[in-house]
Amino acid sequence: MSTMVKPCKCATETKEELYYKISEIIEDYRGKEGSLIPILHIAQGIYGYLTPELLQFIAEKLDMPFSKVYGVATFYSYFTITPRGEYTIRVCLGTSCYLQGGKKVLAQLKKQLGIEIGQTTPDGKYTLEVVRCIGECGIAPNISINNTSFTQVDPDKIGEILESLS
Amino acid sequence: MTKGMRIRNLQELENVRKQYDEKQKKYQYRVAVCSGTGCISSKCEDVRDALLEAIDKNGLAEKVFVSCTGCIGLCSLGPLMAVYPEGVLYTELTPELIPEIVKSHLVNGEIKTENTYFDVKKKEHVPHINDIDFFKDQVRISLRNCGYIDCTSLEEYIARDGYQAFARALLEMKPAEVVREVKSSGLRGRGGAGFPTGVKWESTLNTPGKEKYIICNADEGIPGSYMDKALLEGDPHTIIEGMLIGAYAVGATSGYAYIRAEYPLAVERLDIAINQARKAGLLGVNILGSRFDFDIEIRTGAGAFICGEETAMLQSIEGLRGEPRQKPPLPTESGLFGKPTVINNVETLASIPPILLNGPAWYSAFGTEDTKGTKIFSLSGNMVNNGLIEVPMGVTLRKILEEISGGMKDNKTFKAAQTGGPSGGCITSEFLDTPLDFSSMQKIGTIMGSGDFVVMDEDTCMIDMVKYFMEFVQEESCGRCTSCRIGTKRMLEIIERITLGEGKEGDVELLEELGYTIQETSACGLGQTAPNSVLSTIRYFRDEYNEHIRNKHCRGGICTDLAQVSRAGKTEGQPCKVLQLTTRR
Ligand SMILES: Cc1cc2nc3c(=O)[nH]c(=O)nc-3n(C[C@H](O)[C@H](O)[C@H](O)COP(=O)(O)O)c2cc1C
Ligand code: FES
Repeated sequence: MSTMVKPCKCATETKEELYYKISEIIEDYRGKEGSLIPILHIAQGIYGYLTPELLQFIAEKLDMPFSKVYGVATFYSYFTITPRGEYTIRVCLGTSCYLQGGKKVLAQLKKQLGIEIGQTTPDGKYTLEVVRCIGECGIAPNISINNTSFTQVDPDKIGEILESLS
Repeated sequence: MTKGMRIRNLQELENVRKQYDEKQKKYQYRVAVCSGTGCISSKCEDVRDALLEAIDKNGLAEKVFVSCTGCIGLCSLGPLMAVYPEGVLYTELTPELIPEIVKSHLVNGEIKTENTYFDVKKKEHVPHINDIDFFKDQVRISLRNCGYIDCTSLEEYIARDGYQAFARALLEMKPAEVVREVKSSGLRGRGGAGFPTGVKWESTLNTPGKEKYIICNADEGIPGSYMDKALLEGDPHTIIEGMLIGAYAVGATSGYAYIRAEYPLAVERLDIAINQARKAGLLGVNILGSRFDFDIEIRTGAGAFICGEETAMLQSIEGLRGEPRQKPPLPTESGLFGKPTVINNVETLASIPPILLNGPAWYSAFGTEDTKGTKIFSLSGNMVNNGLIEVPMGVTLRKILEEISGGMKDNKTFKAAQTGGPSGGCITSEFLDTPLDFSSMQKIGTIMGSGDFVVMDEDTCMIDMVKYFMEFVQEESCGRCTSCRIGTKRMLEIIERITLGEGKEGDVELLEELGYTIQETSACGLGQTAPNSVLSTIRYFRDEYNEHIRNKHCRGGICTDLAQVSRAGKTEGQPCKVLQLTTRR
């Protein structure tokens, strides 16, 4: 699971201290062409999400315009510039899941969590997203939670899945 | 293989195989437990643990070899376990069932029939894989190891002729000879476009350049496809070997495997395999004692469908937004970082080692005049048995549906099969007997795509499906071409209106007009194919469009807003909802 940066630290830590981990990674990648996307993947893994400050820091270290880094981070749906919950629930709405009840699963999750697609529950526990196929199409409908797949999901049993997480 | 031992020549490769075979001789049984993600989520790990425990308890450790395999294929009946040498398939396992099966089959030598595959049509158990309709007509070339070998073992791969094809190519053939073999096999790329692989390799070989690249396209973006995932998870060394052969043939020194982020297990398994290959000296410098150097780096995608398109993929590997490039120049002339680059799909690469081992004539004996060889199809939707199958090209959808899969689920009627994903098209019942290959599918108004078959029954509303397809392409449009960005949005809006009961006369014609315009004016394959699902359903299901537009009626009962509109319209004294709704266009 990703480590989140506690907001209170920002006041006391300098940018270099806060971003120490990622600057080490950037050093490892130095001289390698096309390393921006792997670096963003790692940064999101460390900090949970990509703040403008973090992107600015990466841009400076890589000697790239901020606009380019920001443009890349916002192009790809896997990168997020807002905080995510402890569990990212991705409901598959690929063709097979859509055909076989994926919409019902999504509706049930929205109801149960009280949030819309792209939102996070107020307690910071769950983020709800949609994914277009996780490659388990033969046993639809599916969801993935922090990269673990749950297949043939019964909308009425979503509660059990959520309980099994903690 | 002793730890840390490097394979320096053909002889040493042979020795590894011999030693491994020797080690395997003591085992009376091989039990393959599937460990694809599908089965992991249906708790195959618990089944495997129970199996290991039962083997231990019965003192069978010296008698039974357990191999954790990739996808065996019949995903809808997982967790699965196959017992060899008999080839008996146990299905829908739970940890509780294991002790009895072990006792019966592995201790007493009696097949525990009641836990083997059950044929719902014949209403009987069919224990042997080779007798099961789902498997018996398959020709597994790319999938030859999937579901049999342990997917994290290099020796298991080598024992099944692994790296032999590469070693022979490298040590006994010139690059141009390798290209010639691939060319004469007739292999066409399995990523969707069906471009002859040998021709692509030849032009990369003939483009001068000190640095060249080979890229494995493992972005598998088409929903409903999972063959590339199964290959990466179940037989990752095949992909490495395919890349090695390709690299040697075109003169590439480094390679990238671009895997979508939605496939973490595939990334993990390929990573393990790459490290094993490096340790054994099969990747790195002076491979097999030659002067050939090559290595592979994995790049994970970040959730953009368009990055499966080859030039968008180049942009993404270069660290840019995944927006397609103008062609020409072709990647084979100026690709990654401006260097000659060959991009091949996972399944294409998996076909290469067997082609070199068995010869091009052997391969081209399978398939049709138009498309040689075999194809993996991923079956999903309203069929009895879903899963992965590999069959010779030219098979009919009827055979796949009725014989291999076992027909429609719950005795429903077949309505259509979507192929080629959201920007593909559909096959309707009148075309069930068409022998499928690249060009025949185009003739009937659809595309091969990745080999995805999503079968839909009578209860499916085609307009609702089309709404989903358009949502998909609309979302995934990279936004560069106006006609694709705005055009698909307009089309989606019209379809949404139709599903809400706000459809108007002329909408179908407008959709057609927009569709043809987008096809003609978009720069890349995404835009050029984006309207296909609409055009194909208009061709075959025009009645359903008309019912939605004129009668506010949805056969499948899926478009529920429509039902409200039609009821509201009929209720006396209340203003018709249709009239109240404002059109958004
Ligand atoms: C929008 C779009 C998406 C594509 N997605 C994939 C994909 O996910 N996987 C793939 O192998 N090819 C995909 N392709 C095809 C590639 O551009 C390219 O033709 C293929 O990787 C070449 O390999 P092959 O010759 O072995 O088939 C896509 C093409 C388009 C236009
Ligand atoms: S469509 Fe949902 S897993 Fe493929």
